[in-house]
Amino acid sequence: MKPRKPKSQGLAYKRLPRRALLLGGLQAAFVGGLAARMRFMQVDQADEYRLLAEENRINIRLIPPNRGRIYDRNGQIIGQNSPSYRIVIVREDAGDVDQVISKLSELIPLNDDEIERARTEMRRSAPFLPVTLADQVTWEDISKVAVNAPALPGVTPEVGLTRQYPRYEDFAHIVGYVGPVSDYDLSLIEDPEPVLRIPRFQIGKVGLEAKQEISLRGKAGAKRVEVNATGRVMRELDRQEGQPGADLQLSVDADLQQYAQARLAGESAAAVVIDCETGDLRAMASAPSFDPNLFVRGISVADYRMLTQDKYRPLANKTVQGTYPPGSTFKMVTALAALEAGVIGPGNTVYCPGHLKVGSRRFHCWKRGGHGMVDLNTSLKRSCDVYYYDVALKVGIDRISDMSRTLGLGIKHNIPMSAVRAGLAPNQEWKQRVHGQEWLSGDTANASIGQGFMLASPMQLALMTARIATGRAVSPRLVRSVNGVEQPSGAGEPLEISPTNLKYIRDAMWSVSNDRRGTAYRSRIIAEDFRMAGKTGTSQVRNITKAERAAGVIRNEDLPWERRDHALFVSFAPYDKPKYAIAVVVEHGGGGSKAAAPVARDIMLQALYDGTPPLDAYPVADRERIKEQQKRLEGDRRPKARPDGKDRA
Amino acid sequence: MSYLEYAVKSTPSGFRKFLYMNWPLTLLLISTASAGFLMLYSVAGGSWTPWAEPQMERFGLGLTAMFIIALVPIWFWRNMSVLAYLGSVALLVFVELFGTIGMGAQRWIDLGFMRLQPSEVMKVALVMVLAAYYDWLPSHKTSRPLWVFIPVALIILPTLLVLKQPDLGTSILLLAAGGGLMFLAGVHWAYFAAVIAAVVGLIATVFNSRGTEWQLLKDYQFRRIDTFLDPSTDPLGAGYHITQSKIALGSGGWNGRGFMQGTQSRLNFLPEKHTDFIFTTLAEEFGFVGGITLLILYALILLFCMVTALATKDRFSSLVTLGIALNFFLFFAVNMSMVMGMAPVVGVPLPMVSYGGSAMLVLMAAFGIVQSAHIHRPR
Repeated sequence: MKPRKPKSQGLAYKRLPRRALLLGGLQAAFVGGLAARMRFMQVDQADEYRLLAEENRINIRLIPPNRGRIYDRNGQIIGQNSPSYRIVIVREDAGDVDQVISKLSELIPLNDDEIERARTEMRRSAPFLPVTLADQVTWEDISKVAVNAPALPGVTPEVGLTRQYPRYEDFAHIVGYVGPVSDYDLSLIEDPEPVLRIPRFQIGKVGLEAKQEISLRGKAGAKRVEVNATGRVMRELDRQEGQPGADLQLSVDADLQQYAQARLAGESAAAVVIDCETGDLRAMASAPSFDPNLFVRGISVADYRMLTQDKYRPLANKTVQGTYPPGSTFKMVTALAALEAGVIGPGNTVYCPGHLKVGSRRFHCWKRGGHGMVDLNTSLKRSCDVYYYDVALKVGIDRISDMSRTLGLGIKHNIPMSAVRAGLAPNQEWKQRVHGQEWLSGDTANASIGQGFMLASPMQLALMTARIATGRAVSPRLVRSVNGVEQPSGAGEPLEISPTNLKYIRDAMWSVSNDRRGTAYRSRIIAEDFRMAGKTGTSQVRNITKAERAAGVIRNEDLPWERRDHALFVSFAPYDKPKYAIAVVVEHGGGGSKAAAPVARDIMLQALYDGTPPLDAYPVADRERIKEQQKRLEGDRRPKARPDGKDRA
Repeated sequence: MSYLEYAVKSTPSGFRKFLYMNWPLTLLLISTASAGFLMLYSVAGGSWTPWAEPQMERFGLGLTAMFIIALVPIWFWRNMSVLAYLGSVALLVFVELFGTIGMGAQRWIDLGFMRLQPSEVMKVALVMVLAAYYDWLPSHKTSRPLWVFIPVALIILPTLLVLKQPDLGTSILLLAAGGGLMFLAGVHWAYFAAVIAAVVGLIATVFNSRGTEWQLLKDYQFRRIDTFLDPSTDPLGAGYHITQSKIALGSGGWNGRGFMQGTQSRLNFLPEKHTDFIFTTLAEEFGFVGGITLLILYALILLFCMVTALATKDRFSSLVTLGIALNFFLFFAVNMSMVMGMAPVVGVPLPMVSYGGSAMLVLMAAFGIVQSAHIHRPR
C-alpha cells in the first residue's frame, strides 16, 4: 500500500487557507453589511416604514350623511329620504355571471343598457365588489329576488336612501329636486368635498335643494377600514359618525299650495300668496308643473322632451323666474309716486277722452270712448289709462322708478330659489346705459301703466301689494326654520311713504273690488271680515296698429294663444287688517278681471279660511258655480297616486 | 485514486460515524429549517397547509439524504464528481428541450413527488467537479493558461445553459461560485484582476456611451437596465414588490409586529411571501431581533463549514466544503440584499427557509457531502 503523495508541497495548496480566510472575511463583512442595513431600516427608519405600512392597510371610507328633510309650515313632509332598493351582484360569488343574469331577467324586468354597463363595470372592478344590476326596484321585485335567492348566487338586494317628494308636482318649483353629482356639477365647485365623489351621491340640482345644498347635505362621517392588497375590506377599525343635514321648514302652507296648483291647472300661470306682516310666502304656485321624482330617478329622454317642448313651459318657475309687464297693477306705483311728489292730490281730476297725445304719438285708453272726468279713486277703480299718462308725465320716470324700488319691484330679492329675476323698473339713466338712447316721454307714458320696459315677477307684485297694504318694507321669507331654529322674519320698517297717501291708494283698491263699477267687482269677497282690495291688470304682449285700432281691436279670444294679453290681479285682504297679499298672473289669459281676479279671490279665501271657505263668502250669483268648482278641485286634491301607477316602496 | 490511498486507520466506521458527524452544523440546519416552518405556518394564516407541512416532509427527506450521503466516504463522492457534472449538464439540456416552464421562466422536471430544477443540482455538481479537478491537478500547473481555461469552460457551459432558461439569478450564482472556487484553489490573482477589470471596463464603456453618438445599447434597453438596478423608478411594476418588501421589513421595528401580526404579509401586500420574500415576513413579524438571529445562524453555518474545510488535509474535502459554503452564502446574501432593496429582484430563495422542494433537497444533499468530508477526514 503506497501512501498517497501529499499534495501539500504545491504553492497552490499553500494558498488555500489564506484564500479561504480572505473569502471568509469578505463574507463576514457582507453579513455585517446586511446586519447594518437591517438595523438602519428596522431601528432608525422603523417609524417611517410603520407609517407607510399603516397607510397601505388602512383606508378611510366616507359615510354619506342623511340629507335634511323639508317640511311645510305645519310640519307636513315635502322632501324626505325613503328607502330605495337595488339589486347588486358580486362576481366572485356568482360564478357564471351570464347564467345568473339570464335567470334574473326571467324573474324581473332588467334594462339592457344597465346590464351592459354592469358588465363593463364588473370587468374592471375587483371580483368582490358589488355591481348594481338594477336600481329603484319595486318591493315586489325585491321579494321575488329574495324568494329565489338560492337559485341566484351572488345576487343580493340592497337598500339605500333616495330623495322622495310625496307632494309630487305641488312643490316642484319651490323645492326643486336632487340628482346624482355630475362631472359638470363638480367642475362648478371649487375644491369639492370628498363626499361628492361617492358614486350616485345626490345633490340639489334646482330650487331650494340646490340653494340650501350645504345645510341640507350635512357632514359626511368616516370609517377606517383595513383592506388587503386587492382592496377587499377585512374589518372595520373605527368609525366617526357624520352630521345629518339640517331639516328645513318652509313658510309655505302645503294645503294652500296644493289648492293653488290645482286652481291654476290648465293654465300657464303663477300665483303667489305672501303674509303681509311677516313676509312669509304662503304659496308659490306655478302651472303647469312636473313631478320632481322623475328627475331624482333620472328622467327618460321622452319625458324630458315632453317637458321642454311644452309651450306652457312646465320647467320654468313663473313665480320668480317669469317676469311680465305688470300692466295696470302698476298704476298704484305711478299714483303713489305722484302723490308723494305732490304733483297731484286725491281730488285732482284729468279728463279722459279715450286717448292722450304724447309728443307725436297718440296713447290710447283701454276704453275706447274714454272715462270722462277722472280723479284718483276712479282712475284706479276703472283703470283709466289716460289719467296715468297725464300724471306720469308730470311726475317723471325717475320718481316712478324710485317708487317701484321702494315697493320691491326691479330689485332682486334674496330667496333660496333658482333663477330669481330682478325684473326691471327703468329710469332715464338705465335707458341711456343699456340702450344708449334718450328717455322719451312716450316711454314714461308706457311705463306709467306698467307696459314698455317695465317687468315684474308675480312674487314681486305680491310683495308690492303687501307693502302697500301694510306700509312696511316687508321682505319675502321662504325658509321659516332650519333645524328648528327660527329664521329672521321678513317684517320690515315703515316705508317712507306718507300713510295718508297709502290710505288713498288702499281705498281706491277697495273700490276696485267692492264698488259696483270696479273692474274686479265680480270677483269680490262678501264675507264681512274678509273684504278684499285689489287691482286688475291686462298687459299687452303685442302692438296694436293704427289700422287695427281703426277697425276695432281684435278680441283676445280671436287671437292665437301666444298673442293674447297676460291677465294679472293683485290684492290684499282683509281690507281693514291686511293679512295676506296675492298676485296672480295668467299668461295670455286675456283680461285681468276675467282670467286672474277669480283665481286670486278663490286662493285668497282658501288662505283666509285656512281651508275650504263657506259658500256665503262668495257673491250670491257665483255660489252655484263655486260649489261645482270646489267639488271638482276636491276631487283633484285626493292623495295622488303615481302617474304610472307604480308605487315605489 | 482508490479507497486505499486515504489514511483510513483513524477514520470511524459503521454507526460510529454518526458520533463523528459535524453535529453543531446539523443542529444549525435544523434550527434554520424550523424558523422556515414557523414562517410558512404564519404566512398561511396560521395553518400547516399548504406550505409548512410539505416543507417539513421535504426537510425530513433532505435530512435522511444528508445522513446517508454523510455515511458514504468522501472519496466516493470525489469519484462521482465528473459523473454528477455530466449528469447535470445532460439534465439542463433535457429541460431545455422538454422541460416545463413555470413562473419566472425557470424550468423543471416533474418527478411526480417533486419538481426537480437541474440548475439547483448543477450548483453542487459544479462545485464538486471543480474541487475534484483541482484535487487532481498537480499544483504547479494551477495557474497555467491551459489549466485555467478548462475550469473556466466547465463553469461557462452550465452558466450559458441556465442563462438560456432564462434564469439570470442562478447563472450569476454559478459564475460567482465557480470563480470563488478557482480563487480558493489558488489560481493566480492576476487572472481575477484581469477579469474584474475587463468587466468593470465593459460596463463603464456601455454606460458612458449612453447619450453619445456611439451608443452601444438602444434607449429602451438602457431603461430596462435602469428599472432592474433601481426598481423605485417603476413603482407600479417591478418597484412595487421591492417597495412593499422594504415597508414590511422596516415596519417590523426592533422586535417586530408579533407572530402572525404582520399586516404587510397577512394582507397580501407582500409578493411571493412564502418563497423569495419570506425573510421580509420574518423581519416584519420578529423585527430586527428575529432577522439578526437568522443572520447569525447563517453565519455560524458558514463558520462551521470553514472549520471543517480547514481542519481536513484532503484537498477535495476542503474545496468542496468551502464551495458549498460559498454557494450557501451567495444564496442568502443575494436574497437578503434583494428584499432589503440593495440588489435587483432576481429569483433567489432564502436557503433552508423559503418554501421549495428541490432547492432544499439539493442543499441538504450538499451538506451531506460536507458532513462526509468531516467524518472521513484524514487524521
